[in-house]
Amino acid sequence: MKLSKILKNGFLIVVACLALSACATSKKTTGQMQGDVYTGTDTVEYLASGVPDRVFFATNESVLTTASRETLRKQAAWLRKNSKITIVLEGHADERGTREYNLALGERRANAAKDYLMTYGISSDRISVLSYGKERPVDSGSNPLAWSKNRRSVTVKAN
Amino acid sequence: MRIFVKIIIFLILIPSKSFGLIEVDITRGNLDPLPIAVSPLSIDENSRQNFEKILKKKNIGEEISKIIEVNLKTSGLFNPLNKDAFLQAPDIANLKPRFEDWNLIKAQALITGKVSYVDDKLRVEFRLWDVLAGKEMMALAFTTVPNNWRRVGHIITDKVYERLTGEKGYFDTRIIYVAEEGPKTQRIKKLAIMDQDGANNKFLTLGNELVLTPRFNPSSQMVTYLSYFRNLPRVYLLDIETGTQEVVGDFPGMTFAPRFSPDGKKIIMSFAKDGNSEIYTMDLENRIVEKITNHPSIDTSPSYSPDGKFISFNSDRSGYQQIYVMKSDGSNVKRISFGKGIYGTPVWSPRGDLIAFTKLHKGKFYIGVMRTDGSGERLLTENFYQEAPSWSPNGRVLIFYRETKTDSKGKGFSAKLWSIDLTGYNERQVPTPTDGSDPSWSSLLSN
Repeated sequence: MKLSKILKNGFLIVVACLALSACATSKKTTGQMQGDVYTGTDTVEYLASGVPDRVFFATNESVLTTASRETLRKQAAWLRKNSKITIVLEGHADERGTREYNLALGERRANAAKDYLMTYGISSDRISVLSYGKERPVDSGSNPLAWSKNRRSVTVKAN
Repeated sequence: MRIFVKIIIFLILIPSKSFGLIEVDITRGNLDPLPIAVSPLSIDENSRQNFEKILKKKNIGEEISKIIEVNLKTSGLFNPLNKDAFLQAPDIANLKPRFEDWNLIKAQALITGKVSYVDDKLRVEFRLWDVLAGKEMMALAFTTVPNNWRRVGHIITDKVYERLTGEKGYFDTRIIYVAEEGPKTQRIKKLAIMDQDGANNKFLTLGNELVLTPRFNPSSQMVTYLSYFRNLPRVYLLDIETGTQEVVGDFPGMTFAPRFSPDGKKIIMSFAKDGNSEIYTMDLENRIVEKITNHPSIDTSPSYSPDGKFISFNSDRSGYQQIYVMKSDGSNVKRISFGKGIYGTPVWSPRGDLIAFTKLHKGKFYIGVMRTDGSGERLLTENFYQEAPSWSPNGRVLIFYRETKTDSKGKGFSAKLWSIDLTGYNERQVPTPTDGSDPSWSSLLSN
């Protein structure tokens, strides 16, 4: 009993050290926002090397930022190269809005991404849109940074 | 001038209704609830034994009176007195109360009654007494299947409430809502239904797919809601009694935010396509779909006026979410919310005079009401997050849900149902076995 407690505490200390050292080196590149648009990479996954899967939005907005357009151009290039792949664009909102409005907002965000991919030659047949509103946050925090990570459109391979 | 007329009508109506006996004013915050004694319903030994066998309740008379007591207390308008102070035995009190005794413990009203087992059925009679005037105000009897015993308690409360306030009650009603479990990032959501007091909770879906925003039709048999079945968010219709479900309409995209028309014949909802959400109706008899709004902004959360002639909804056509009212054919669109902040989820009161809403201002969420022209805005409650009010069938109470702020590690999330009086008083949590959200109040099941 006691031994396991000691071990547990020891383990906690090690974890804490790791976390601290991680923080010291990576603080500059994670958890950033420009205005209230998330610019970090904490939650980002990759469809292929160098092709981020998601773009982020300002509060109540569905306008694509410069960074978002760059991400989507990379996705378009990857989709052109892999012409059999179909995708779902999953649109999300943060928790600071009414449920029904957020469903509409998620749909609007995903469609903003869809429209942009289409202007880079991706056929609408290959894209479906799915809004989750505020139902599937990636970050469960109740703070501006968490909300910025949750305002997103994620490109997910459908096949 | 108009106010004058109303006052005169008020003066004429009220005395004729109450015969000068006790009455409860529910139009203002009742800080002084009416002291009422709920004498346990008396029961003869033979009936008691029969019901104990059937219902596994030692004394069903006491159980029913407990339900009445809890209902009266949660209404905030009544103060049920402690039974320990009662001097008169229940069976004798039901025959003829000794009003001096009840007066002594400061009861102004008294409920007595009798339960008996008649031909395999539950027979309940009750009386409401005015203690000060020393008079019987009401006497009624019901016969029903024993399993309905909780409903009998609710119906009696409705009768008492109506007799003492002059307005219909809301106790023999149910709440449909979304039961929630699991971490915030992967919530499991099920449709659930329960009695207004939290009893008889039943899950209607298994939690395999995300479900949101269930709403009753006026007859309380059918529910419309949003389901992510097969990852296609669509509005569904569910018959609670039979369990049959069907998709509403054939839309090439997400349909959401459904509600019934007041006559139950149509569903009004939003349909999102190409980044634009518009409001549509579908007639449930002939399946005819009509497009009601036509604007490149988000138009959603539609709700009919009780006479079916108008629709309130929220739209961000001004740049932010605001509340609008239009005729039910989509003409004469008028913005009605002009206060600071953003406004959503308008719901028309069953009385027709008010619209309840959610408001977000300076990082706080409010539940409030305004007149249907947008005047007279009144905020009832402020919190970190709360939304989606639904009216009790008599238009006196709002039920809504509230979510907690998580801590710095993202822990501590919960979602609960709450209710508050139209007066802004009597805010209380509505008990649910799991977390809950998106409540919708049924109409009265009886009468």
